[in-house]
Amino acid sequence: MFNFHQDHKKLVLTSFIVFAGLSTLIAVMPAYHMQETKPLPAMQGLTEQEKNGLHIYVQENCVACHTQQVRNIEMDNTWGERPSMPSDYYFSKKRLDVWRQSPSLLGSERTGPDLTNIAKRQPGKEWHLMHFYNPRIVVEESIMPGYPWLFEEKNEKEVAETDVVVPIPAQLLKDQHNKVVATQNVLDLIAYLQSLKQAPLPGNGAPEFIPSAKKKEITTASTPADVTVTATATGPDGAKIYMNTCAACHQRDGKGLAGAFPSLAGSTIVNDNNHETQIKIILQGYDARAEYGVMTGFADQLNDEEITAVANHERTNWGNKGSVITAEEVKKIRESLKKLSQ
Amino acid sequence: MMKKKLPQFQTFLSLNSLLTFIFTASGIGATIFAQSQPNPSTKDWAMSPGIIGTLILILIVALVAIMILVVRISAYLESLKKRSILRKKIEFSEELIGLDEAGIDNILEKRKAALNYRLAGSELGSEQQATDNKGIIAKVTHDPHNPMVDEKKKSPLNLETPEPLKTLVIWYLGAAVFWLVFGTLVGQYVGMKFVWPEMDSVSWLSFGRLRPVHTNTVFWGWASMAMIGLGYFVVARTSNTTIHSYKWGWTAWVLINLSVVVGNLFLMNGLNNGGGEYREYIWPVALLFALGLIYTFLNFYKTIANRCISEIYISNWYLLGGLIWTITLATIGYLPNFQNGLGETVIQGYYMHQGVGMWFMTYTLGLVYYYLPSSLNKPIYSYSLGVLAFWTQMFFYTLIGTHHFVFSPLPWWLQTIAIVFSAGMFIPVVAGSTNFYMTMRGSWNEISKSYILPFFLVGVVFYFVGSTQGSFQAFRFTNYVWHFTDFNVAHSHMTMYGIITFFLWACIYAILPKITGKEPRQLAVGVHFWLAFVGLFAYMISLMAGGTLKGLNWIEGDPFINSVILMQPFWLWRAIGGSLMFLSHLVFAYNFYVMIKKESSSTVSPTNELQPVNA
Repeated sequence: MFNFHQDHKKLVLTSFIVFAGLSTLIAVMPAYHMQETKPLPAMQGLTEQEKNGLHIYVQENCVACHTQQVRNIEMDNTWGERPSMPSDYYFSKKRLDVWRQSPSLLGSERTGPDLTNIAKRQPGKEWHLMHFYNPRIVVEESIMPGYPWLFEEKNEKEVAETDVVVPIPAQLLKDQHNKVVATQNVLDLIAYLQSLKQAPLPGNGAPEFIPSAKKKEITTASTPADVTVTATATGPDGAKIYMNTCAACHQRDGKGLAGAFPSLAGSTIVNDNNHETQIKIILQGYDARAEYGVMTGFADQLNDEEITAVANHERTNWGNKGSVITAEEVKKIRESLKKLSQ
Repeated sequence: MMKKKLPQFQTFLSLNSLLTFIFTASGIGATIFAQSQPNPSTKDWAMSPGIIGTLILILIVALVAIMILVVRISAYLESLKKRSILRKKIEFSEELIGLDEAGIDNILEKRKAALNYRLAGSELGSEQQATDNKGIIAKVTHDPHNPMVDEKKKSPLNLETPEPLKTLVIWYLGAAVFWLVFGTLVGQYVGMKFVWPEMDSVSWLSFGRLRPVHTNTVFWGWASMAMIGLGYFVVARTSNTTIHSYKWGWTAWVLINLSVVVGNLFLMNGLNNGGGEYREYIWPVALLFALGLIYTFLNFYKTIANRCISEIYISNWYLLGGLIWTITLATIGYLPNFQNGLGETVIQGYYMHQGVGMWFMTYTLGLVYYYLPSSLNKPIYSYSLGVLAFWTQMFFYTLIGTHHFVFSPLPWWLQTIAIVFSAGMFIPVVAGSTNFYMTMRGSWNEISKSYILPFFLVGVVFYFVGSTQGSFQAFRFTNYVWHFTDFNVAHSHMTMYGIITFFLWACIYAILPKITGKEPRQLAVGVHFWLAFVGLFAYMISLMAGGTLKGLNWIEGDPFINSVILMQPFWLWRAIGGSLMFLSHLVFAYNFYVMIKKESSSTVSPTNELQPVNA
């Protein structure tokens, strides 16, 4: 009956039917099933501007280097508060137009950072503008390409009032009298990035990360004494938090970038023996000086211990000699701010 | 961070510790059990079965390379030895000439008695001149072209090939060679951007846009065109008939080339399908390619249906299977109905994996089932193993696409199936590579005499190593360390280059001289082989080592930018390996030109070469 060796019809037909059947089971049906996903209640659809930003994201194929998935393993906790869920992609992964399908946002290479929560991690528009023009202005070691074609170089006199001027160092320009102006495309792209943050889950139903083995050791420690020892040993590392949250703008060496982000090295606020201003800025953000970009607050992202660690890191490095602060102080100021806003 | 990790890495690389790993109690059984726990400790990362397995596999490749080298060197040493014996003889006779007369007399006196007895002089032959009446001796020389390595065997006499088939195959291969050079030039450029990100600031040449140009060109331009061209010869030859329609062959040639040209222009212009790997071409462009495949499939099918022998040769199973599966795959990959939300992600895993497995791998195996035995001039070891590999390839390969999305928000059961059946891939891989190995067995000495077989050998070894390593990589622990890192890139070059490209080169060198009657220069083939092989090795090892360190760095929770800094030297080595690979392609293009150029004097013509040699 199955004489495949001599019957080409049977051979081809069998291999086609079995393959198509398996494909339906393993790909087409699960795919249909995944489409039934509904968005989370807190999620909002993309605005027209964000949608155009997503198109630019696809056009420049950012997917080649940036993932948008927080895997359910603890090492990915850096990129989001919870593992990604199918609902997260409800609005962003829709067919783009007649020619192009739903974008492959999850990605397969993490040559650059994951962008699931980039809006929380890097809320500043100024930073993004400089970074898109040439990433090495703000992150010296970056290997990301610059996107100068998303900007226009204009003569000072031609700059209109509505134009968004980007403070690019003069040596990178063709003509010293030129100004770099952002195009609508790059503004849309940034708007899209600023929409990328994980929506909160209703109730306590958040899926958990598969914990790393290290954590497990701590919870299974037999005596309470052990617990305290491990806990202090693994207390928040100020240098690490600084590198992850602050260095993108204030730079690795704490010197900031002239015309964009203020220096922390030698800063009067950081060296001040009154700790209040520094703690407040970290918690609330800062927008008091027109010559610098806007800083957002980190009250939601960092806990008291982490803020203490990072503030002390700033106070004891790059020649700074500020007095050390304690988590108690941070806690107090956080509470007073809370009261104030009520 | 780097300083902390590097010593650990070096210790781990040492052969000693490797052997210890193999013999420790945590053998494969225990460790497979261990990876069902989803939260491994990274302290013992080097003990993970996937990582140990991969290291052993790389070691196998290194050993084979050393083996080839040793065979070559020993052949060379042998020739040196012979020459030194000859030299000694000459020295001896010169010494005799130099003796004074009294000395000579003395010796002659001593020998006189012994020499009294004389043969008539014609016992072992006659005084006739040696002649070769039957044309057995092709060439006699005491002055080889290249004293460094063994002279390789010439290709046997031409195969009779219908002129239109010959032209078709040459044009397919010609287009393939062009796309190989272009595609890898782009690849090399993109690789250099990791080291010098500011090489240009032109939108059409930016990394994001060029990367898919590289992958799609080498996939659909180089490999696919070469595969189809080589397939035309196999189908006609093994069916003992002529191709159903040359016109369809040409139509497909135009369609596929057109899709690569238009698709690349679109990509560079910023028009892509959404960034899913290997389906970056938008659907109208992909449709051109799919139509090309449909023409090819119908043409092959009708030719095989018209065969003049009752059995369908095993190669044709793979060729027809590869074509019909890929047509199905392209249809599913581009149908819009189920691709919103994570539906697209399920299809992406399925599509990118099957694109490699059902098209490149299946089809190329079919080519090897013909070209390997025919260049060894013996039958394939086992027909049944080939059949087993065919069905298991279809069954297991189809189910494992989601292993590209382990720990992602895709359903856990889908991920588990993918991991389990990835391990199942051992069956077709072992069946296939055993078959090729057993076919080659007993002909090892041919390796030093042939310029084709080293390519086959590397392909076979990488088929086993690359595929098995891929299965290891699907395990959950190895995903912790390697996923999202440059290790993936190393793996894909190990397979698409180490397996597919080396096999295709072997097939091209095997068949072209036979249908055009012109052979490439052997030294140039050797240069091609070694540049490509060494380049691939440098490329692979640097990205594997760097990728591992990067993954460990991420698990450690270091700031992300540190992993970028850590990769810098590895990216440089990758670019160096890539340059060697690209250079080898230029040499290959030259060899191709030599094999097809119209007027040539390198044709083997027995009458010219057979001249008496006065030794």
